Amino acid sequence: MSARREAMVGAAGQVSLDREVVLANVSRRRFLQGMSALGGFVLAAGFASPLRAADPPKYGADGMPNGWVDDPLVFVAIAEDGTVSIVCHRSEMGQGVRTGMPMIVAEELEADWKRVRVVQAPGDEKRFGNQDTDGSRSTRHFLDPMRRCGAAARTMLETAAAARWGVPVSEVEARNHEVVHRPTGRRAGYGSLAKAAASQPVPGRDTVRLKDPSRFRYIGKGQLKLVDGRDIVTGKAQYGIDTRLEGMLYAVVARPPVYRGKMVSYDAAETLRVPGVVRVVVIEGSAPPAEFNPLGGVAVVASNTWAAIQGRNALKITWDDGPNASYDSAAFKATMEEAARKPGKVVRNEGDFDAAAKGAARRLEAEYYVPHLAHATMEPPAATVRIAQGKCEVWGCFQSPQAARDRVAKRLGLSADNVTVHVTLLGGGFGRKSKPDFAVEAAVISKAMDGKPVKVTWTRDDDLHNSYYHTVSVEHLEAGVDAQGKPVAWLHRSVAPTIFSTFVEGAKEEAALELGMGVINVPFAIPNIRIENPEATAHTRIGWFRSVSNIPHAFAVQSFVGELAAAASRDPKDFLLEVIGPARVVSPSELSDTWNHGESPVRYPVDTGRLRRVVETAAREAGWGRTLPKGRGLGIAAHYSFVSYVAAVVEVAVDDQGALTIPRVDVAVDCGACVNPERVRAQIQGACVMGVGIATVGEITYKAGRVEQNNFDSYEVTRMAGAPREIRVHIIPGDFGKPLGGVGEPGVPPIPPAICNAIFAATGKRIRRLPIRDQLKA
Amino acid sequence: MTPVTINGKRYSVDLPEDTPLLWTLRDYVGLTGTKFGCGMALCGACTVHVDGQPVRSCITPIAAVADKKVVTIEGIGGDKVGQAVQGAWVDLGVPQCGYCQAGQIMSATALLKRTAKPTDAEIDEAMTGNICRCGTYVSIRAAIKQAAARQGAAL
Repeated sequence: MSARREAMVGAAGQVSLDREVVLANVSRRRFLQGMSALGGFVLAAGFASPLRAADPPKYGADGMPNGWVDDPLVFVAIAEDGTVSIVCHRSEMGQGVRTGMPMIVAEELEADWKRVRVVQAPGDEKRFGNQDTDGSRSTRHFLDPMRRCGAAARTMLETAAAARWGVPVSEVEARNHEVVHRPTGRRAGYGSLAKAAASQPVPGRDTVRLKDPSRFRYIGKGQLKLVDGRDIVTGKAQYGIDTRLEGMLYAVVARPPVYRGKMVSYDAAETLRVPGVVRVVVIEGSAPPAEFNPLGGVAVVASNTWAAIQGRNALKITWDDGPNASYDSAAFKATMEEAARKPGKVVRNEGDFDAAAKGAARRLEAEYYVPHLAHATMEPPAATVRIAQGKCEVWGCFQSPQAARDRVAKRLGLSADNVTVHVTLLGGGFGRKSKPDFAVEAAVISKAMDGKPVKVTWTRDDDLHNSYYHTVSVEHLEAGVDAQGKPVAWLHRSVAPTIFSTFVEGAKEEAALELGMGVINVPFAIPNIRIENPEATAHTRIGWFRSVSNIPHAFAVQSFVGELAAAASRDPKDFLLEVIGPARVVSPSELSDTWNHGESPVRYPVDTGRLRRVVETAAREAGWGRTLPKGRGLGIAAHYSFVSYVAAVVEVAVDDQGALTIPRVDVAVDCGACVNPERVRAQIQGACVMGVGIATVGEITYKAGRVEQNNFDSYEVTRMAGAPREIRVHIIPGDFGKPLGGVGEPGVPPIPPAICNAIFAATGKRIRRLPIRDQLKA
Repeated sequence: MTPVTINGKRYSVDLPEDTPLLWTLRDYVGLTGTKFGCGMALCGACTVHVDGQPVRSCITPIAAVADKKVVTIEGIGGDKVGQAVQGAWVDLGVPQCGYCQAGQIMSATALLKRTAKPTDAEIDEAMTGNICRCGTYVSIRAAIKQAAARQGAAL
């Protein structure tokens, strides 16, 4: 016990961004979830956990591997000079979590933000709780634990002050970095109380007094500058690719160009003549499934990155391309279309689609296509590993540091206790950096180099050629409408290789978590609904990409609603509201959604009133119905994902040559209460730009099993000139007494269909295949 | 040995002459603020100033900057305009992940040094070579305008 108390006082003076905080772990009174550290939201959310039938299901943070921790002795250290160090256990990739998460603790702790420093946690979920930074979950899962954590620390300071003054604790109050004795006005700073506070017992969770939200100074205000802002603009911020260690070597890897290909032979004679090249190291591939394992190949190790790249260019490798040697995007599209036109596994069935469609006044159908996408984080994957005396240290840009730790330990044959994973800033994540294959590569190479520090850098072509791609999909929709054009029957067949193919050999059906991303759980007031999921085979590594299957599902569903509105000659906004139907609260189980983004169906039902409200808000703020010049149009779309509600109205302009520009977007978001509304706004704006890229330019294609795009010339992403000139974000006010929704992802899905609906309004042309690219050209 | 001045300091670089300035800065000199994004002058993450002009350091061989003055993100705060741009970036909370922002700031500073009050079209033209995958473009535009306004007020 004494060790941890000294740590609480002393640690803050020693910690820095690139060093883990030295805080002793404490035995938890709370039962930590017993699930093994599977890592990754797919495994956590998709596989049945080894619960007995009698065990109640676990939701939210409780349902994640290693759950949550709210112990102030784990997250807070106060130095005698008053500096408060707060540990952020989630990875920063642009969502502002290193500002938001400590802000929550500081709020309840009554800390002065100016005296707070943020310490990045290493990968250690037993100590910190779940660290998989994906699924738009950080704030919604950790607001409550972090509030309790801060409040408990505040209580310990108050108790220490009361004891020092010999007064009842009810007479003292923590205020802005000091404890005040109300009757006498006596004050004691946090630094002077730190040591005594550390000897206080951690108050019981049920006795901790949380602040009334009306007294929040930081939460909900959006006034604090980014913790890393100054370092970023001065070039001091450290990303995974920036790691530098004494005696470090630099590596790049030649990987099989086709998924599941293998190396037959290689000739490194010329490589070894490149100045600066030190050695080549063979990385063994792994048996399927791909999971988070390296793809294998040949690493070139050199004294700098450029030499390694030059050495790799000089390698001669013969590959056996394996079972995916003929993967071809165009042919696969035809295969998926064929599947989409035949009945598939029924995953939701209400009423009688066939009978209702037969009796309908009119039938409509349409098919939508969304290609593979690559995250193309601006910082490509990069990791550094050093091994010495049976211990391994890893530095890198990891969304799932515990998974990196476990995979590195397994590959090196070490216990995870002997592997330390330092989490740097992430130069973008978007789901790519949830998969720590690049950490394992660095570990294998370092081991081959006798443990010397080795940094593996992925070049842009590596990133585009060997990613975990967003799936490719054909969405087939049919509707029967009545004489007024109102849909009475709805059929949606979704065909897409599943993310699970990366984890389960031969998986061909969309999993509950994919179906629950806006295909199965459409909360529409249509009496006859059938959702089907024909099989699809994966021919590349499929992974999660910001907002995941919501992208193709929302594109298809919201475009099709627009098509039905046009067929009925109705206003698209009014028609959308009518399809959503009256405000009501729907249990996910009524929609056959067993996943519900991992959240409790009771705490998080689908609320069509909230969906209606974002539609109405976006429309009102955008001036829906206003007269526009020729070639301009407004389009609307709404989508429920990550237990948040988002609607977008996009204004497009299409000129005589078919060139598309986007003068303005209005987005309404209801994610519940906002911890940091300034970052919510930023995330929604960024998601909008990513949605624009998906709609207009983004596409990964395959020929002979190989990705055809090499760099940003052929894999285009949105640039400033192609981005909306104005993105107005309208946040629906929330209540801290109610569950929070996600923010990082739900802004993406409504954008592509809103753009395509706007293009239809502007030109009468209906886009059903993304990206739009030159489809508007005459 | 290639002589080059980086952020006011003289270096003799002992690397093959075709080594890009980017990797010289990052791996040899140890200035990691300049970022790798594409290696083909397609994304702008590696933008630095050479004798005051913005260049993509990933395709600039070290031989091409012999005896020239290189300024990187670590040194641009020594310039009044650069400092104003950095200040606006912090003030408006432009960065999300922040990885591309060194390049964005170097391009924006070069723009404002030649055009004190850029129009939207001039901003588009100067900045469209710099990709931001987080999509901070509306904030970047606002920050350039704020920096321009503050610079204008200071003159």
